[in-house]
Amino acid sequence: MMAEKGPKAKALAGGTDILVQLRGRRFFIDRLVDVKGVPEMNELSCSAEEGLTLGAAVPCYRIYEDDTIQSLYSGLVDAAFLIGGIQIQGRASVGGNLCNASPSGDTIPILIALGASCVIEGPKGSRTLPVEDFCTGPGQNVLQDGELLVALKFPPPAANSGAHYLRFIPRNEMDIAVAGAGASVVLEDDKETIKSARISLAAVGPTPIFAEEASELLAGRAASEGSFEAAAEAAKAAARPISDMRGTAKQRIHLSGVLTKRALREAVARAQG
Amino acid sequence: MSKKIHVQTNINGLDVDLLCESRQSLLEVLRDVLNMTGTKEGCNDGNCGACSVIVDGRLIDSCLMLGVEAEGKEITTIEGVAYTHGLHPIQQSFLENAALQCGICTPGFIVAAKALLENEPEADEGRVRHWLAGNLCRCTGYDKIVRAVLDAGKTMATQSKSES
Repeated sequence: MMAEKGPKAKALAGGTDILVQLRGRRFFIDRLVDVKGVPEMNELSCSAEEGLTLGAAVPCYRIYEDDTIQSLYSGLVDAAFLIGGIQIQGRASVGGNLCNASPSGDTIPILIALGASCVIEGPKGSRTLPVEDFCTGPGQNVLQDGELLVALKFPPPAANSGAHYLRFIPRNEMDIAVAGAGASVVLEDDKETIKSARISLAAVGPTPIFAEEASELLAGRAASEGSFEAAAEAAKAAARPISDMRGTAKQRIHLSGVLTKRALREAVARAQG
Repeated sequence: MSKKIHVQTNINGLDVDLLCESRQSLLEVLRDVLNMTGTKEGCNDGNCGACSVIVDGRLIDSCLMLGVEAEGKEITTIEGVAYTHGLHPIQQSFLENAALQCGICTPGFIVAAKALLENEPEADEGRVRHWLAGNLCRCTGYDKIVRAVLDAGKTMATQSKSES
C-alpha cells in the first residue's frame, strides 16, 4: 500500500507527530496508512532470555506498565515515561519517535545505549541496522520509499547491567530536551569495574549521537566518579550543538557533560542492584 | 469535497454512526460533525490537553487522533461525565474549589482527572500534578485545580468503599 504511492505515503502510528506536521503542511502526501493493525508492529514481548521485541507502533504506556520491561529495561521506561504528557503517552510510539528523527527525540538515546536494532521491511525485502545508523539528519532517516520500521529488537540484558536516560528541560514536564543523555553499563562480577558501556546524547547535533569514544574509554575502568568525569569530557567533545531558542551551544555542551555523569551514576547504581 | 467515510463507534455509552472526511481529527468530528462542543480546541497540536477524551480507557488528545480511527472504539467525552441525576464528584469538586475561571481548559481537566481517579482515587498531589502536566490552564495557576482533584479523589474513594 505504501510502495504504490512512493514518497507520497507515510505511516500513521500514534499520530502525535505526523498529524501535527501534516496540518502544518510540513509535507504533502496522498496516503496515510494506519499501521496499528499490523500484528508485528504491535508486538511487545520481553524476557530475560530472548530480550525485548518492541513493535514500532506500540504506545509508550504499554512499555512502562509492563512489569517485565520495568525490571529488565528500566532505562527504556525512563524515556517512555517522560515523553510528552499522559495523553501523548497513550498514543505515541517509540518507533514513531525514532522515525520522526528529531535530534531531541527522547527515546532515541536510550535505544542507542541499549544496543537496539531496527527491523525494516520493504518491497525489496527486510534489513536490520543499529539504531545509531537510522537517523541521517533532523527529521531524516534511512527509510526508502515503501519501507517501514516494523520493530525494535533489544539484546537480552547482560548480567550486572543497568541503564538510564535523563534530559534537561526548564519545566518539570511536557517540554523538548535542551540536551539529553542515555547510558548503559555492564559491570564485572565484582560490581566495581566497568566491563563495557554505551553513551548517547540528544539535542546536541543534527541527529542523536552515539558517543563512541566516551563509551569505549570506560571499558576496564573503575565504576567511579573519576571514570564518569573522563566519559563526560569525551561526551562533551562528541557534542556538536547549535544555539537556538532552547539553549546556547555552550550551555548544551556543558549539559552533555553533566547529564552523561548523572546517567552513568544511575546506570551503575542500577547495575549494582 | 473529499469522499466521506462511514465510522461506527461508541460515545458515552451510545452507539454512533457518522460520516467524516479522512483528514478530520476526532476533535473536529466531535465538534463539527456531532455538535458535541463540550470538548474544546486549544492548541490543536497536542500541547494543551483541552481536547482530552478517553478512548478505550486511555486518556488522549482528540486533536491527535483521526476521526476514522474511532471505528470500533469506546469514547468518553465531557458530555459523558455527569450522571443523569446530577454532577460527577469531580465536577462538583471543581465548583466547590473554584477550580476554573474562563473554563476553556475545564472539560479537558475533568476528563483527565476522571481517567486518573477512576483507577487511582487515592492519587497523591505529586501523582495528580504529574498526570495533569499535559493540561494547560492560563487562569488559575493550577493550585485550585489540583486541590479540586484531590478532594474529588477522596469523595470517590469513600463512595467506592461504601458501594463495596
